[in-house]
Parts: sequence; C-alpha cells; structure tokens
Amino acid sequence: MEIGLGHYLTVSAIVFTLGVLGIFLNRKNVIVILMSIEMMLLAVNLNLVAFSTHLHDLVGQIFAMIILTVAAAEAAIGLAILVVYFRNRGSIRVEDINMMKG
Amino acid sequence: MILQGIAFYVFAALLVASGVMVISARNPVHSVLYLILAFFQAAGLCLLMGAEFVAMILVIVYVGAVAVLFLFVVMMLDINFRELRQGALEVLPLGGLIGLILLSELAAVVGGWIVAPGVEKLAAAPTPAISTVTNTHALGQLMYTQYVYLFQACGIVLLIAMIGAIVLTLRHRAGVRKQDVGAQIARHRDSVVAIRKVSSGEGV
Repeated sequence: MEIGLGHYLTVSAIVFTLGVLGIFLNRKNVIVILMSIEMMLLAVNLNLVAFSTHLHDLVGQIFAMIILTVAAAEAAIGLAILVVYFRNRGSIRVEDINMMKG
Repeated sequence: MILQGIAFYVFAALLVASGVMVISARNPVHSVLYLILAFFQAAGLCLLMGAEFVAMILVIVYVGAVAVLFLFVVMMLDINFRELRQGALEVLPLGGLIGLILLSELAAVVGGWIVAPGVEKLAAAPTPAISTVTNTHALGQLMYTQYVYLFQACGIVLLIAMIGAIVLTLRHRAGVRKQDVGAQIARHRDSVVAIRKVSSGEGV
C-alpha cells in the first residue's frame, strides 16, 4: 500500500487533536498545557513538511523552520514566566493566575 | 516500498501513543520524556518524507533545546503534582467530545480534499531533483537568497526571546555582596587612607 499525503495528514490531525485534548485534560497544570501547545506546533510542522515534499515545493520546509524558531522562543518565554510566577506565588495552578484582573 | 510502509506505521503508531502518554501521564517528568519520544518519531516521519534537514533540526531544536528546558523547569519547581491532577476526569467527557468533533472535522477535510491537477506548476520554489542537489543544499540556496530577510527576522525573534527570558528570571537579591568593578576602579587613595599623628600612650 502506497503511503501518500493523506496518511501523513491523518497522523498530524490526530496529534493536533491530542494537543487540544491535553489542554482540556490538564487545565490545572501549566507545564502540561505548554507541552500540549508544543505538540500542536509539531503537528502543524508535520503538515507543512508533508505538503512541501508531496507537492515538490521547498517553501513549506522553510516555513516549518520558521515555526520551529517561534516554538523555541515561545517555550523559552513561557517557561521563564512560569518560573517567575512560581517564585512569586508558590504554585502553578491555572486558577490562581487572576492577578491581572486588577 | 513495503519497508517504507512498515516504517511509516511504526513511526505513526509510536507518535500517537507517546502523544497520548504526554497528556495522560501522572508525573510531568514522564510527560516530558514521552514528548521527547514523540519528537523523535516526528523526525523519523520527516526523514521518511525526504525532508532530512528539517528532521535533523527537529531533533536538535525540539529534543536538544525545548524538551531539555521543559525537563529542567519541571525538576526545578517543587510542585505537588497530585493536587494538580484532581478534577481531570470531570472534564474528560466534554474534552473528549470536543476532541472528537475536531478530529471528525479534520478527517472530513482530509478525506474530501484532492490535489488540483497541475498544481505542481504553481510551486514558489520547485524542489530540484535529489540526484543533482541534496535537500540541505537546496534549502540553504533558497533560505540564504530569497528568504534571507525572514532568516534575519528569525534571529531577531530568538534574540528578543533570549533577552526576555533573562530579564524575567534575573533577580537582585538584597544582602548579597557582589564585586562592583566601577567602584573598585573609582577608589582613590585620598578617600580611603588618612595619616594621623598619634601621640604615644594615648591611641587614636
């Protein structure tokens, strides 16, 4: 059986859905929510690379690398905010993050 | 061809399984380790598709930088994770329903979608034949010419992220004595040394 574009798209759709589901299931734990976001970005990257290789257009892979950059920056900033938040409050419960309500 | 199919199904099954474990593991350290496994499987899928440079970058950036950063933070913070898990089963029906809806919508899109004939002529940067130029070489030739401004912008994004992370987490603790080079250099003999005449038997 030939492995085509649809197979890769299906895998990345499943991984993306798992990322969305992870946000619902771990809505109290910011670290796992960040990991779920990383998984969704990974699914998007797989999608872009699949289209790029199957349609023979290199721009998709360049786009995938740009998304990789943004994902790395997002992880660094997100975890830095998490560390500062934990230092101030002593917990990382999502319900406690309401200080910006004023 | 049969080997390619087997490799695809092994990578895909492991990717989905480790994705499930990432969101369902009780211990976040296990979650991070399963996330690393998922990144490796995704890199394998990229290799299978013929995008070897993106596959290697996935391993280097995601496993080498992002996942290790996650592991570092999870181990550094002293958190009662059991308390954070409570109430997860209450939202499972709703979350599962929403996930199912999303998945069926994505399946409908993937299933009902076809590649338009002649779409390969529309490619912005057609992939050169693999026998003449390797994937890495072709990507470099494209990225350093046509997309060089985008590449520079990526560098700026990373620089700002680095500065932001440092600014956020750097703290000045009171009571810690640090070396102040400026003060040391500005020190002058007149301000710190005084010569007194001390008469014998009296002291200063």
